[in-house]
Parts: sequence; C-alpha cells; structure tokens
Amino acid sequence: MASSCWGLPELICRFPEVDATAMRHARRAIDTGFRDLVREFSDVIDAATAPLQVFLNMLENTFVNTPWIIVFAVLLGVVWAGARSVRVVAGAALALLVIGWVGLWEDTMITLAMVTVSTLLAVALGLPVGIFTARSDRVQAVVNPTLDVMQTLPSFVYLIPVVVIFGIGKVPGLIAVVIYAIPPMIRLTNLGIRLVDREVIEAADAFGSSDRQKLWGVQLPLALPTIMAGVNQTIMMALAMVVIASMVGVGGLGKNVLQAINNQFFTVGFLNGFALVAIAIIFDRTSQAFGKRLQKHREAGHE
Amino acid sequence: MSDIRPDIEIRNLYKIFGADPGAHIEAVKAGLSKTDLNRKHGHVLGLQDINLTLPGGQISVIMGLSGSGKSTLIRHINGLIAPTAGEILYDGEDVCRMSEAELRRFRRKRTAMVFQKFALLPHRTVLENTLYGLDIQRVPRAEAEPIARRWIDRVGLKGFESHYPAQLSGGMQQRVGLARALANDADILLMDEAFSALDPLIRVDMQKVLLELQEELRKTVVFITHDLDEALRLGDKIAILRDGALEQVGTGQEIVLNPANDYVAAFVREVNRSRVIHAGTVARVPEPGESLPEASYPARLVLEKVARRMTRDGHRAARVVDRNGDTQGVIDLSAILEAMVNPATADSETA
Ligand SMILES: Nc1ncnc2c1ncn2[C@@H]1O[C@H](COP(=O)(O)OP(=O)(O)O)[C@@H](O)[C@H]1O
Ligand SMILES: [Mg+2]
Repeated sequence: MASSCWGLPELICRFPEVDATAMRHARRAIDTGFRDLVREFSDVIDAATAPLQVFLNMLENTFVNTPWIIVFAVLLGVVWAGARSVRVVAGAALALLVIGWVGLWEDTMITLAMVTVSTLLAVALGLPVGIFTARSDRVQAVVNPTLDVMQTLPSFVYLIPVVVIFGIGKVPGLIAVVIYAIPPMIRLTNLGIRLVDREVIEAADAFGSSDRQKLWGVQLPLALPTIMAGVNQTIMMALAMVVIASMVGVGGLGKNVLQAINNQFFTVGFLNGFALVAIAIIFDRTSQAFGKRLQKHREAGHE
Repeated sequence: MSDIRPDIEIRNLYKIFGADPGAHIEAVKAGLSKTDLNRKHGHVLGLQDINLTLPGGQISVIMGLSGSGKSTLIRHINGLIAPTAGEILYDGEDVCRMSEAELRRFRRKRTAMVFQKFALLPHRTVLENTLYGLDIQRVPRAEAEPIARRWIDRVGLKGFESHYPAQLSGGMQQRVGLARALANDADILLMDEAFSALDPLIRVDMQKVLLELQEELRKTVVFITHDLDEALRLGDKIAILRDGALEQVGTGQEIVLNPANDYVAAFVREVNRSRVIHAGTVARVPEPGESLPEASYPARLVLEKVARRMTRDGHRAARVVDRNGDTQGVIDLSAILEAMVNPATADSETA
C-alpha cells in the first residue's frame, strides 16, 4: 500500500483521515436532522414563501399575457426615464425586437419578471442591512466576512440548502438568486455611507440633526451614487444566477440554456445566451446613466 | 444692544483621547505631561485645565499651531465632543451634562457652526443649504425661505440661489456656509478656521463681511485661527493655546505688548505692531504747563492710522483724546515710530 514512503512513519506519510464509518454517521445525522427540521417547519416555510409566489406569478403573468407591443412600449419608457438617452433607447428597442423575432419573447418576459422581483427583494433587504452595517463597526466585523464567504462560495452550492428547505420551483429559485445577488447591495450601501465626508456629517450634527434626519437628508443622498453602483451589480448578478437557478425549476431563458447544454443545441444555447446579454446591457446602461444623472450637481464649473 | 447675550464659561475642562480616558484623568490633573501620557499610556491629551470666559456679544479668537487643540475646544462648546472632566456653562446650563435630546435642541436654537472646508451639502442648492438648519427645526418652507433669501442677500450671493456648491468658488462656498449659520438666528457662532482655506485677498474680504455683520448682530462669536494677523483683526479677546493648554488670554494689544512667555513672543514677533497698538497706549502725560498741540485723535485709534493722518495733515505732535474729547496725553511721530519697531528685532540689531 504505502509503496513510496521514503522510510517515513505512517502518520506523516499518509494523511490521517477521520474514520470512514464515523464520517458516514455524522453526515447522515446532519442530513436527516436538517431534513426533519425542515419537515417540522414546512407549514411555516410555505406560509412565509406564499406571498413571494403570488407576487412572482402576478408579475410573470402581467409580463407574459399583456400584448407584446404594450410591454415593449412600457419597457422603452422605463429605459428612457432612467437613461434619458436616445441611443440607449434605440439599442434597447432593437435588442427587444430581435429577441421577439427569434421567438424568445415569452421566455425573456419570464426571465425579466424573475430578475425584477429578485432585484427588488435584494435592494429591499440589502439596503437596511447595509445601513445597519455602516452604523456599527462590530456589525461590520460580522457582515463583511459573511459576504466574503457568500461571494466565494460556488453558485451551485447555494442551491443545495435552498432545495432542501424550499424544494423545487420558482420561489426556491428566486430565493437562491436573491441570496446570490444581495452581497454587492449590502457592501456598497455600507461603503457609500461610510465614505460620506466626515465634515459634512459633523455639520449635520452641529445643526442638531436627529439620526433619522441625518440618514435621509445627508447620508443616503450622498451615498446614492455608490448605492446605485450596488443596484447595478445586483442586477448583473441576478441575471447570471437565473441561468443557474433554472436547475431548480426556474423557467425562461436560463432553462433554455440548460436544455441546450444537456442536448448540445449549439444555436439555441447561443441565442438564449445573447438574449441574456442583451437584457444585461439594457439594464446596465439604464441604471448607470440613471446613477450618473443623480450626481450631476457634483460637477464643478461656473455656469 | 437691547438683548444682552450670556457669556460662555469654560471651567477646568480636560479632554483625553484614548481607550480609557477616565483611568488617567487623576494623573493628568496631578501633573502628568502630554508626552508622558502618550508614551506611557498611549492616550492623547487633547485639552488640559482650560478656564476661559468667552464674553457674550463679542468675538473671541482661539489661536494656536496645528494640533494645539483648537478644534477640540470649539467642539466642546456645542457638545460635538464630550469632555473627560470639567464644565461649560451657558445661560445657567452645563452643556457637558445635557442629554442627547437637550443637546440637539441646544444646537438647533443656540449655536451655529462654520467649517474650515465649508462642509456644504453637495446635493442641495445654495438656497437649500441655507435652509438646512431651519429644515432640521421643521420650520415650514413658506416661513423659512424668506429668511434664507435675506441671508443669502446679506452675504452677497443674490442671484446664486439655485447654484450647487460645486459650481461656486471657495470664497463663495464659505459665504454659503456663513449664510447657513446665520439663518439659524443662534446666539453663538462657532467658526473653526472658517477662512483658513481661502486665498489671502478673499480671506480679508470675508473678515470684513464678518466684522460688518457682527457690528449689527452682536453674536457671541468663537473664531479659531492659526493666523495672528487674523486674530488681531477680528478678536476682541484672544486666547492662545499650546499642546492643549492656555498660554495667554487677553486683548490683541496686551498680547503683543506683553507676551506671557517665549512661545507667545515667538508668535507675535512678526506681527505688524502699528495695527495693534492704540494711540492711547503710547501717549505720554503732558508736563504741567506744557503747551498742547492743536490736533487730536481718538485714543482707540491704532498707530498706523494715527501716523497716516498726522503725516497727511502735516502734524508732528497731537493730543490723544478719550470718548468725551478730554485730553489723555500727547503723542509725537518719534514715539509712534519707536512703538512700531519690534523690541525683539531691535535687540538682535544692537547685539
Ligand atoms: N479623535 C481623536 N483621537 C485621538 N486624538 C485626537 C482626536 N482628535 C484630536 N486628537 C488629537 O488632539 C490634538 C488636538 O487636535 P485638534 O483639536 O484637531 O487640533 P487643532 O484643531 O488645533 O489643529 C492633536 O494632537 C490630535 O492628534
Ligand atoms: Mg483644527
């Protein structure tokens, strides 16, 4: 067995592994314990996720069932409101038309609904956590390493506990996407608030601002460009994760990509991939231009 | 002035920065030095045993080199920094004992602050920045806006109401800072090196603006600077701070004529004495029966102005008179010249 131990003792030569039976027992205990726990609380979990299911279905139905021309117009309206740029709107129009023309309209709508809901959730959860993190170094000392782990963990690994707890379907997929996409939102909210000029904060204090007046009147407005960068990254991560989340039953473009991988459908895979890229670019340009517009007043120069 | 403003009384104020200031306060009170506190215990002595009265309705200047504790001291007055020991009394209350809520009310109603780097809100226009203090007090806009516009007008920024700070020069930004502070209608105006970041010419402009406003408003101004000329120009009373301790307190003239120690002497050495010393200080009592000159000047006039007027009018000597026009003494050009020459420089030349 230990053929080439160069005369070294066994303990140093071969890695001392934990006994295989002990490992098996431990694994089984954890897995079944976890599963039993989930079974125990399945009612609670179902009740908690029900509103998400309703909201997601509602948005998805709206996107899919409304005549395409209306959705198209509304989407372009949103892009215009955000970016205020003819070029971005024209690019978005072209991309959406091509997507529809190659028969991916419905799948794109499903993905869009998913990304919208998960981004809203990630922002709604990430913003308060980020604010909380910015307020205390002790909280930050816990949150930051957690986010580090979340961001280095391979995205597939997220799916395991999510599936165990929530099962297969749209909502588990949504939860996985939100967990995956939330770190930049928390990080950049925290960073943005911490980077606000100390003297300006001091001025707010000197004029007798309460904590709330300081948060809404000074910290958040001044952190907004950084927070918007967080929203932008969150959207991008959500788009990346919807493809992987299709493994647990999320429909749309991601599912097509997954099927294309399984069946080696080269063209289908790339068409869907490009559709995702197109959506990503539209989102990215719109949110970035919006963020830039928010800080226009920072530009120097006399009239 | 009808409304007499109260003095700010600072009593036995100590501030130690570090992990456990309370543990070292007794040692510091017993005489542990700043260097020893830092070397042996890793704490920074910010202020030690400050006793100072800042008279109501006047400009008090706190002066010192960078790191001497000026910012620390001024931030105690509105409670931005809490002391390790001591009290600050204003209108019968100890600022250091106020609760968070009381402190907020005190800051809203009684103090306003102007900052070295302006500290304007970049996302608010000039008008909105000026409104800031009133917004915080929840004064309705309909009531607050006319006030803000009036102050913007007073600091010379009419027409710039809808500009953002980034569109203004440094001097204009600090005018906004001043308008923001004045709009609060607080008794106390705290100015931490408010003009130090400005170019020399603009700085002199701002000093004039402040003096003009003060002529009318009579606020209790606490002005911080590291520039003696600025201190002499603005300060009714000057306090010199070094390593967190007061070195000397007095009027500009007192400090220039009688520096308490070498540190203060080094500070005042380069100053233009003719702008500080009053005619009354130099005048000599006339001999009995001496014939008095015709011309007369007020005793409070500084030597520079007396000399200029005397040369202009062709007088070699003049009487110095008090407010009622009574003669206090006589002054001549050679006495003025002698007083203007710095004794320290004179010594080094004879040596
Ligand atoms: N938060 C703090 N922690 C530790 N030391 C401080 C702190 N704030 C100020 N100091 C120290 O106190 C001294 C006085 O600082 P400061 O009041 O800012 O001086 P000035 O305004 O006169 O330049 C300096 O030695 C500075 O390093
Ligand atoms: Mg300072």
